[in-house]
Amino acid sequence: MYSGCDLFMATPRTLPKVRSGTDGLDDILGGGLPAGRPTLVCGAAGCGKTLLGMQFLVRGAIDYGEPGAFIAFEENVEDLHKNVASLGFDLADLESRKLLSIDHIQIDPTNIIESGDYDLSGLFLRLGLAIDSVGAKRVVIDTLETLFGGLSNYGLVRAELKRLFEWLKERKVSAIITAERGDNALTRHGLEEYVSDCVIALDHRVHDQVSTRRLRVVKYRGSLHGTNEYPFLIDQTGITVLPVTSAGLDHSVLDERVSTGIPRLDSMLGGRGYYRGSTILVSGTAGGGKTSLAAHFADATCRAGERVLFFSFEESPHQITRNMRSIGLDLKHREDAGLLRFVAARPTAFGMETHLAVLHKRVREFAPAAVVVDPASTLINAGQATAAQQMLVRLIDFLKAEHITVLMTTLTQGGDVIERTDVEISSIVDTWLLLKTIELAGERNRGLYVLKSRGMAHSNQIREFNITNKGVVLTDVYVGVDGVLTGSARLAQEARVRDEARQRALVIEQKSRRLSQLEAHHKEQLAKLQADFENEAAELRIAIEAAAKDTQLRDQDRLRMAQVRQQDDGEGLL
Amino acid sequence: MNEHKREETDGKVWNLRLYIAGDSPKSRTALANLERMCERHLPGRYKIDVIDLVKTPELAKAHQILAIPTLVREVPEPIKRVIGDLSDESKALLNLDLDSLTTGSR
Repeated sequence: MYSGCDLFMATPRTLPKVRSGTDGLDDILGGGLPAGRPTLVCGAAGCGKTLLGMQFLVRGAIDYGEPGAFIAFEENVEDLHKNVASLGFDLADLESRKLLSIDHIQIDPTNIIESGDYDLSGLFLRLGLAIDSVGAKRVVIDTLETLFGGLSNYGLVRAELKRLFEWLKERKVSAIITAERGDNALTRHGLEEYVSDCVIALDHRVHDQVSTRRLRVVKYRGSLHGTNEYPFLIDQTGITVLPVTSAGLDHSVLDERVSTGIPRLDSMLGGRGYYRGSTILVSGTAGGGKTSLAAHFADATCRAGERVLFFSFEESPHQITRNMRSIGLDLKHREDAGLLRFVAARPTAFGMETHLAVLHKRVREFAPAAVVVDPASTLINAGQATAAQQMLVRLIDFLKAEHITVLMTTLTQGGDVIERTDVEISSIVDTWLLLKTIELAGERNRGLYVLKSRGMAHSNQIREFNITNKGVVLTDVYVGVDGVLTGSARLAQEARVRDEARQRALVIEQKSRRLSQLEAHHKEQLAKLQADFENEAAELRIAIEAAAKDTQLRDQDRLRMAQVRQQDDGEGLL
Repeated sequence: MNEHKREETDGKVWNLRLYIAGDSPKSRTALANLERMCERHLPGRYKIDVIDLVKTPELAKAHQILAIPTLVREVPEPIKRVIGDLSDESKALLNLDLDSLTTGSR
């Protein structure tokens, strides 16, 4: 019963918690399982209940210094040893070091005859013995409901279970009780009634013959917890839960840029490449050069001395390194230097969630600066579309929070139609590059567009994308009245343009020459005219002068003659 | 088969163990019921060990005891187990083969 006060005036109490020993689970549980209280883990057979419990004890003993007691109803001690040995758990060693005690309680219904009244004090005594023999702080009881199968007195078993949970709380041990999932209830025998603190449900679903394991925290009294279904995987290191938070947008962003590995692409993206910690989607048709683009980015990141995790879902690492060597990228060298790590898996091997859980785990292990997922579309196809997209969003959120740059490729169908999945993913990516084949004049050429790139100036022009033996080279395409021209059409067009220009240059040269000829001719004429004029003028001047001198001499002569003749001029003698 | 068993069990001393956990009404009832049955069907040919698991809890593990009280027939073989205070006498007799034995001795 809640009172209004409890609900609205609840003071924040910090519930004491213990680490679950399962990577990722503590994140979902807001720190761990309730300390000193029982937790119910329910799920169908083979969904990982026993392992979750065993990991709780083994990690508790090794990592947190808390010894544990395991009460097994289903498997005997030898089987338990064997089953977890493959996960690197040495139970015999832990037992000999007094860090673990295991008791197998055999219930053979054919060998149990009931006559009259009884109780399960034997169970309590054995549990007490198991706890006391190692000083256990952690207890796992797997699977308690076996009791219902072995004992016919249903009411008595229920009463004893109630007593058991009370007893566990009194002993203040942190316990995991496992139970079989019921048809319409969490557990077949309603054990959730007794465990009010924390209930975790495990699930193992098969969709299209691909199995996926999921975990959900059904309830956790007095604690915040993630409410989603989280995928988990069981591999050689035990259980790992993918604890991605639901679409958080509060991660910090970086202004730092990282090179795309292709100088011309860097310049298309404002001259400096991608943002660190951003999400890049490269979509394109088959053979469009997506992997090459991804490899360039990986190579550039390694060149900068940073680590890259390369998830390949279509090609083997060997195949990628070989193919990239042919275009001048030595990825093997990066791999040897420990900067590049490949993780390859067939997309059909697991469900989408499992793939993402693997991805998540590897990222945690390797702590890369960048992640390449090539291609992400296969992951999406491996799961149910909506769920897959949600999972992808969660993964991107996780990588963003860690400031890991992620480059994903997706395969689009040919033609102009961009696939729906692409559009759906595109809303969560920061930079979207589209590699498109352009068919023209009997050729297929590749073109690269920057469809979007948040937070940076970017070229909106298409570039021709050429894969050469020295890597990817981007060239300008010819944009003319007939549209975009690429390949040999571009070359032809460029040649045509060059011819026309040459023609024009020729005309100009001719006219100029003619002009200078004219000018020279004109100048020559002018000079000649000037010279003629000057000659004539000089001659005339000489003639004029001579004539003038002649006149003067004649006057003098006449005077002298008159003087000689004693001529008078009417007033006297001259 | 019943014939054979009867012959074999005849004359032998029965070895019975009663596991209890401390002094409880159920344990006392069980012991009383057991002694009464033995006196009636196996006079002078039975031995009852009462094991208090509170004192020796490790025996609960070693002997796979879960319910209290538990009666184990060690001898004659095969080993038989009956849990409860043996108040359902006919069921207890049937499962310990005491009913057939009684019938046989008549």
